[in-house]
Amino acid sequence: MSDFFDATVLARAQFAFTVAFHIVFPSFTIGLASYLVVLEGLWLAKKQDVYLRLYKYWSKIFALSFGMGVVSGIVMSYQFGTNWGPFSDMTGPVLGPLLGYEVLTAFFLEAGFLGVMLFGMNRVGPKLHFFSTLMVGVGTLFSAFWILSANSWMQTPQGFAIENGQFVPVDWWLIVFNPSFPYRLVHMVLAAYLTTAFVVAAVGAYHLLKDKQNKAAQIMFSMAMWMALLVAPLQLVAGDLHGLNTLEHQPAKVAAMEGHWETRRGAPLVLFGLPDMAAEVTHFEVAIPKLGSLILTHEWDGEVQGLKDWPPEDRPNAAIVFWSFRIMVGLGLLMILVGGLSLFMRWRGRLYDQPWFLRLALVMGPSGFVAVLAGWFTTEVGRQPYLVYGLLRTSDGVSPIDALAVGTSLAAFAVVYFVVFGAGIYYLLRLMRQPPRADEPGPQGDAPLRAAGIASVPPPRPAE
Amino acid sequence: MFDLALIWGLLIALAVLIYVILDGFDLGIGILFPLIKGEQNRDVMMNSVAPVWDGNETWLVLGGGGLFAVFPLAYSVILTSLYAPLIAMLLALIFRGVAFEFRFKDARHKPLWDLAFAGGSILATFCQGVVLGAFIQGIEVQDRAYAGGWFDWLTPFSLFTGFALVVGYALLGAGWLVMKTEGPLQARVYDLMTGLAAGLVFCIGIVSLWTPLLNAEIAGRWFSWPGLLYLSPVPILVLVSALGLYRAIRQRREVLPFVLSLGLFVLSYAGLGLSLYPNIVPPDVTLWQAAAPDKTLGFMLVGAAILLPLILGYTSYAYWVFRGKVRPGDGYH
Repeated sequence: MSDFFDATVLARAQFAFTVAFHIVFPSFTIGLASYLVVLEGLWLAKKQDVYLRLYKYWSKIFALSFGMGVVSGIVMSYQFGTNWGPFSDMTGPVLGPLLGYEVLTAFFLEAGFLGVMLFGMNRVGPKLHFFSTLMVGVGTLFSAFWILSANSWMQTPQGFAIENGQFVPVDWWLIVFNPSFPYRLVHMVLAAYLTTAFVVAAVGAYHLLKDKQNKAAQIMFSMAMWMALLVAPLQLVAGDLHGLNTLEHQPAKVAAMEGHWETRRGAPLVLFGLPDMAAEVTHFEVAIPKLGSLILTHEWDGEVQGLKDWPPEDRPNAAIVFWSFRIMVGLGLLMILVGGLSLFMRWRGRLYDQPWFLRLALVMGPSGFVAVLAGWFTTEVGRQPYLVYGLLRTSDGVSPIDALAVGTSLAAFAVVYFVVFGAGIYYLLRLMRQPPRADEPGPQGDAPLRAAGIASVPPPRPAE
Repeated sequence: MFDLALIWGLLIALAVLIYVILDGFDLGIGILFPLIKGEQNRDVMMNSVAPVWDGNETWLVLGGGGLFAVFPLAYSVILTSLYAPLIAMLLALIFRGVAFEFRFKDARHKPLWDLAFAGGSILATFCQGVVLGAFIQGIEVQDRAYAGGWFDWLTPFSLFTGFALVVGYALLGAGWLVMKTEGPLQARVYDLMTGLAAGLVFCIGIVSLWTPLLNAEIAGRWFSWPGLLYLSPVPILVLVSALGLYRAIRQRREVLPFVLSLGLFVLSYAGLGLSLYPNIVPPDVTLWQAAAPDKTLGFMLVGAAILLPLILGYTSYAYWVFRGKVRPGDGYH
């Protein structure tokens, strides 16, 4: 039992808990910010009132999610120092500037223009307002750029030297554009877009189930389904490439993902099983012969390494990695299926009024969040037992703080996060339950709208 | 060559000062919440900072992130040694941050989120003050790691600086509200402001006398000739500002009280800097000992030189967009 409560385990649990809560919000706001740019752009280009309504509807949801992302993010920027002091001291010269650039290029940009975006519609012209929305959207992407560069460097470090126990930079280009970074960035940004698309689709589907004529709901559902159709298959390709990159740089992680213990040629693809770290075997294995080698090496008889190639203390926890990976992939395949079905529904003219399909889209609403979390669990647990892969062990990076202190703060975080973000998620769902209305109030509230007096509810049109 | 560590020491100090000033007044709004009744008044108070609070708090992230990059040893040691007050501050900031959104989304529980906003603001400020006090009194370092105990930060001095900062931020918040509001609310804030100003000047005096008692080196710097002469402008300007502030409040000036309150903060901050220089982890880790290699400092400096002016530019623009008085029913939700 004492192992379970040791300070390193608790510090890891605290980091995992706070970062897992945090990542949920950016995954949604990265996609939603881009969506708001598109909506406002469409409104400016087409001058159709419905796009402004959609913009206002989603900007309220954005404001709430973004606020929660900010406060949970501040915790992260301090936790490196409070809980991982030696790690910070050792990696600060390399990782610090990446996070510093994130603050300078992304956080300030988002925060600076967010106020104008949310509260400034009646104070600045439409073009300047659009510019503000655009800057917030660009800011979220810059943020993804830097934080993924930093994370990727910890996975695939290069461009550094070690002096007096500290990682020091040698070549910034190599550090920022380290080998796994491009793959991870593309994979995460696509994940954020998919996450948002499925939330938007679920909200649209919910309102279409109540009123299939709701024009705003139709538009959001249709846009989200185009995203699912186009981006979900793209994500499969990006994920495959990312996996091959991982095989090259972190083969132990891939062995854990695949549940492989023995190194062999013509390795099977394990669909299901229970990897057992102690017995060094995957129980109840259901596998397709040779397919594993084909996927990983693109050859029927390619050699694939198994976990036994590494000493036990250097292996990641295969049980967690194996299953989180399968959850992610399974949800990704479901997303592709939904996207494909949407094309069929569209072709049959039933996109907005096929109840079982709308219900499927509703159920798939949270799928992006689950997939994102499962994906991060795969890559982060798969990186263990290292903080900086192959170089700095997790147990060597933790602050010299009593288990009691870490445990107490972990408990405090758990209580506060469940109460505060629980309330926040409840408010989010309540906003989403409101249908987008003809006189949609923005975050701006009751302030008069340009066209509010004139625009009427569009007359119902016969189905095309 | 430039002394990059020194330049970065000044830049980090500047970022922290900007944070203290900006988030100071919006935390101050929360501290004043219990003293000002009426839902409409509180709506106006909150709306006066709603468009800018997020940007203000970003300076706190820059302070943390910047320290991680350029003085990783200081980041590692200071944050580890101040574990409890920092975690409490982060949790408090969560409560007050979400209150901006939640308060308007849930009429039934508005009093609850009022409490979260006020309580979060007060606790976050108090913790920042405790952190400041603990930092001034010194942190024990051995072999690049924190060597003290879990409760070293907890002393009468750090509790007092915690209290002092609550008074100080409340004064900044009051100055901001005088500028941004009118009518009965403004009159109420004027009434509070005299007491807060007197309280802050009293606290500055106590901390100024207490600090040299903690540290002989600091005492030597301030109470010896010619140090006394060189450093004398700081206390003299504090007194001048305090008197000016008293007059400005009595004359019901609108902008000057805020400006002079900021002045008191800047002067206290300068006094602190002059006491602690060149240490970044008092009492004996210097800027140069804690600095990252020049390759890191240079890389960050290029970005900061280009981006900080841009940031200051568009941040000013955002403030300008929301200039003028905030009126009931204005703007939000």
